Amino acid sequence: MLKRTAFYDDHLKHGAKIVEFAGYELPIQYSQGIVTETKTVRSSAGLFDVSHMGEIEIKGPQSLSFTNYLVTNNIENLQENQVLYTVMCLEQGGIIDDLLVYRRPQGYLLVVNGANQDKDWHWVEQQSKKWDVQVTNLSDQTAQIAIQGPKSEKILNKVVDQPLPDLNYYFSKDATINHQPVLISRTGYTGEDGFEIYLDNRHASGLWDQVLAAGEEFNITPAGLGARDILRLEMGYCLYGNDITEQTTPIEAGLKWVVKMKKDDFMGKESLQQQIDEGVQKKLVSLVVSGKQIPRHGYSIISDQQKIGEVTSGGWSPSLAKCIALGYVKKGHHKSGTEVEIEVRNRTIPAQIVKGPFYKQGSHL
Amino acid sequence: MAEVNIPEDLKYTKSHEWIKIEGDIITIGITDFAQQELSDIVYVEFQLDADDEISQGDPFCTIEAVKTAEDINSPADGKIVSVNSDLPDDPSVINKDPYGKGWLAKIEVADQSFQQNLISAQEYLKITEQSSH
Repeated sequence: MLKRTAFYDDHLKHGAKIVEFAGYELPIQYSQGIVTETKTVRSSAGLFDVSHMGEIEIKGPQSLSFTNYLVTNNIENLQENQVLYTVMCLEQGGIIDDLLVYRRPQGYLLVVNGANQDKDWHWVEQQSKKWDVQVTNLSDQTAQIAIQGPKSEKILNKVVDQPLPDLNYYFSKDATINHQPVLISRTGYTGEDGFEIYLDNRHASGLWDQVLAAGEEFNITPAGLGARDILRLEMGYCLYGNDITEQTTPIEAGLKWVVKMKKDDFMGKESLQQQIDEGVQKKLVSLVVSGKQIPRHGYSIISDQQKIGEVTSGGWSPSLAKCIALGYVKKGHHKSGTEVEIEVRNRTIPAQIVKGPFYKQGSHL
Repeated sequence: MAEVNIPEDLKYTKSHEWIKIEGDIITIGITDFAQQELSDIVYVEFQLDADDEISQGDPFCTIEAVKTAEDINSPADGKIVSVNSDLPDDPSVINKDPYGKGWLAKIEVADQSFQQNLISAQEYLKITEQSSH
């Protein structure tokens, strides 16, 4: 049984095409189409329904040490309301999920991928048994929207009861909208300045139209999963299930910056240390394609007639007017500037490995 | 979904192509419904060119949209008369004008037997109603 978010009827009203994603019926695009939505987020603002994301609350005396054991990044020095991007790994180093950790007045909030919310919840709950913590799954009761784009701060401040003049990038704040409590963070998945707003489903009614009305003077658009995917790809952000999975480690995925080997024991530490010492066999790279054939998930990456890897995400970038991709290649072929080929429909097309991100003019702070 | 335009004077395939029949020469394109489903067409690639022989069901062109790539297959046995060479430069005309400037190819058909696989505008409308949300 597919789930619907609190904004489902709003999507239909705005001409959404609905697809199944992460167990939800979600909009892939609205009437204007993916390219227009993508460009509008870069130039102005877009409104996304991201209620499929999962939220797990961790409270109790050992919430810091437990959360720090689960994730690879170090949450020890987080200030209250600060937010951190990290991954959590299996003992063998494979990525269970990538997530945000919010330091809350009491404990921590994990925001995990929608497609992984059940898996993550079982994992966290299972692990928590050895610790003095209380874990709660808030996913089903929590709605989430994202306002993304250079105009998003102006739009947000028209919607919240009290303006938020000093909310810094990767910080959050408890606020109110229509006198109802919300959690707002200056975060996103687009490379633009933007905000993510969490609230109880019961308070979601009317919010969609309220944000669109507030953003009308800035030409805001509702934006679907299609635009979200291209925007994140233009930034080289990994998508779980495509670019990172339980079969890939953060070291291979270019996410070593979220792995802090100097902190105390954490899940996967030993395996990751071993991989750092011995070196990886494959690396996630950014690819720009010459030509207009779109490289897609699963296409082979070729060098000297030999398969050296696979595309994990690909698309047409409206911002660059080029086809771009992420994919894993064997170590040795991963240096930027390397010329390779991608097999598209029984032909090969030239591509070049480049240094990410593809899009370098994002407005994020 | 926006309203779907299905001209009465054309024939259709169940795979969302329109066919205009003028004697032995047929013109093929994709329907308004198909362009809306694909949306954001960014590339058109022709595998065949004028004078190439083609069999019913064989692909002659690939339409690459942001979401997915679709092969377009010939509805008939015959020979390609011409392909719309403007499309590779501006594939978005398929989105803007699917029954006009967005035509894909003209084929000289070997015989008229292909017509038994085609459906009318009314029958095609039913298919679109069944497959839209």
